[in-house]
Amino acid sequence: MEGNGALAEQFDDLAQQHEAASLGMWVFLVTEILFFGGLFAGYTVYRATYSEAFREASHHLDLLLGSINTAVLITSSLTMAFAVHNAQEGRRRALIVFLLLTMIIGAVFLGIKVTEYAHKYEQDLVPGIRFAYGGPHPGQVQLFLIFYFVMTSLHALHLTIGIGLLGVLAFLAWRGHFSADYYAPVETSGLYWHFIDIVWIFLFPLLYLIGTH
Amino acid sequence: MSPTIAIPREHYLNVSYGVKSWLFTTDHKRIALLYLTTITLLFFVGGAAAVLMRLELMTPQGDLVQSETYNKLFSTHGIIMVWFFLIPSIPTVLGNFLVPMMIGARDLAFPRLNLASWYIFILGSLFTLWVIVVGGVDTGWTFYTPYSSIYTNTFVVAAVVGIFIVGFSSILTALNFIVTIHIMRAPGLTWFRLPLFIWAQYATSMIIILATPVLAITLSLVALEHLFGIGIFDPALGGDPILFQHLFWFYSHPAVYIMVLPAMGVVSELITAFSRKRIFGYSFIAFSSIAIAVIGFFVWGHHMFVSGQSVYASMIFSFLSMLVAIPSAVKVFNWTATLYKGSISYQSPMLYALGFIGLFTIGGLTGLFLASLGVDIHVTDTYFVIAHFHYIMVGGSVMGYLGGIHYWFPKITGRMYPEGWAKFSALIIFAGFNLTFFPQFLLGYLGMPRRYHFYPEEFQVLNVLSSAGASILGLGYVVPLIYLIWAMRYGAPAGPNPWGATGLEWQTSSPPPTHNFEETPVVTQEAYAYGMPEEDLKGGR
Repeated sequence: MEGNGALAEQFDDLAQQHEAASLGMWVFLVTEILFFGGLFAGYTVYRATYSEAFREASHHLDLLLGSINTAVLITSSLTMAFAVHNAQEGRRRALIVFLLLTMIIGAVFLGIKVTEYAHKYEQDLVPGIRFAYGGPHPGQVQLFLIFYFVMTSLHALHLTIGIGLLGVLAFLAWRGHFSADYYAPVETSGLYWHFIDIVWIFLFPLLYLIGTH
Repeated sequence: MSPTIAIPREHYLNVSYGVKSWLFTTDHKRIALLYLTTITLLFFVGGAAAVLMRLELMTPQGDLVQSETYNKLFSTHGIIMVWFFLIPSIPTVLGNFLVPMMIGARDLAFPRLNLASWYIFILGSLFTLWVIVVGGVDTGWTFYTPYSSIYTNTFVVAAVVGIFIVGFSSILTALNFIVTIHIMRAPGLTWFRLPLFIWAQYATSMIIILATPVLAITLSLVALEHLFGIGIFDPALGGDPILFQHLFWFYSHPAVYIMVLPAMGVVSELITAFSRKRIFGYSFIAFSSIAIAVIGFFVWGHHMFVSGQSVYASMIFSFLSMLVAIPSAVKVFNWTATLYKGSISYQSPMLYALGFIGLFTIGGLTGLFLASLGVDIHVTDTYFVIAHFHYIMVGGSVMGYLGGIHYWFPKITGRMYPEGWAKFSALIIFAGFNLTFFPQFLLGYLGMPRRYHFYPEEFQVLNVLSSAGASILGLGYVVPLIYLIWAMRYGAPAGPNPWGATGLEWQTSSPPPTHNFEETPVVTQEAYAYGMPEEDLKGGR
């Protein structure tokens, strides 16, 4: 499909449609910020109240795997940006390649995350499922780990949805759905992908780095 | 102006037939009607719970239902009425129908998303109805921890999931409105030519976008705590139940404005149309909507004056709560000034609008009692609070909603409703409402606490008055249901503009064609150009 084939009937032209899609995604991301914001607010309150216990608990996270994952996710943002650029240029093959690459890197992130979760399970550090902690402040260490699991799994859920979304885009690109005139879905999905990365950029220091200084 | 008024040959209702043509429609007008049917049903479910509560409270003894049942009744009533009726009411029905029409667009920006919102809404409603059928939830609509997360054995998780899902539906509708209002206005329709209904929808959508996700995550944490026994709000681990209240009211206070701002938008339309006069202070009303949306985010602590929050926080919240009354008062004064020297006609939508102004004023002023620290401590968790917020939500939001339904009924269906019956029911709703809830102010001030199914004998007279009022109010809600359904088929054809109103929605036929306008309208003047020569207001009879 080229040009006007992609124009929905409620819009006057593709420019208007593009603008609507973009604004829609920004508004959605505002909602997402507030969605994570509730958790960040709770984290901040307890971090201030129980700073010692939180630092202590942070030592039990795997700093190496966390750092690798940060690098992995930033790389995926780069490939996503390449995908959007190639979509704008109308280069179909490169678009598909970069979309697939982004998906793969995202999956690597999830794989590392699952490994981390498995380690936590072996160490009896999963609140509500398997938890035994002998050190000081066991309750508050558990609080920290609740935040760790809720925030990172919510992040992983978003990433999983993102990978699915890119899969659909790659399929549509393969079918020749996009062109240099019509690439709004790629661009808005890119916004979503970068948002997930930014959330991680906040999660990583708050969860992994607070015990290290 | 045509001498005989007929229903146009083809319009959005008859363009296609069959269940599929409705369930798969992306027409914002049809989706509005899907919502109308759904929330009307849910309104009567929530209403049924209220009927049982008022029957129980006829006598001081707890003789009709057990206290456990009573707890489930008020929880069901609150949950259904707040999330499944009041919050969706005006945005999803009137907003869906009118936002594109008022701005001269063919549809919302994302029609399929709009339909998806309805399906998500249905899914959330089914969860909640399922909870009611299998045994209910007894936490109240506020789900306070640690009761909701640790102690109750009722269906908290399913109830919370239902609310989480329906929150998504609101968010997607709000997103659709924001984008549509930004991007799809007709040529010449600048921000300050927009009808005030649109400003109100815009402000409401902003609140929904910003507040609802916080509720979603907070209730998710409650569900997790209930399921796994992990405790973000559990004092045994060092968790803080007060944090739950902060997060909950960070959503739920702005939610009050989600419920009442759209009704204010409706009233702005009705007041001008039936006093044949330009609105007084257009930009003040427009900006007061925005001011309410903004300040409304910083007053949540007034729900927590006795929760153990610091006294300094309480003072600041008290001050800010006083502040939010100012833009509300600006609206009331402007509506009143619009009436001044207008040529007022008392048709039924106008009766609802005037009812709104009076009842909302009482609700708002008693809100100031509650925002004052000293008075609040005396009346916290009493019927005074119940009466206060019902004056806002029922006296305000529901009156606005019904006024709007009547006003735009000819546009939606192409037919007029029986005016005599409509006036009759508007009046008995007003009378029944006051008889139901005014005694509750007195009860609360005398010290009757909320959420009990029995009470000392000296409160019986006022409770009987309240229950009697509720029966009148209930009748007032059933009568419009009957005559409006009747009028959909048998009402007299309305013509494009039966009220002689301004606004783009009145410039197209009734019911409108699927794409709303034969050609995209061009706007050359401000909103509410009443007092202009008659021929400038197209159509009418």
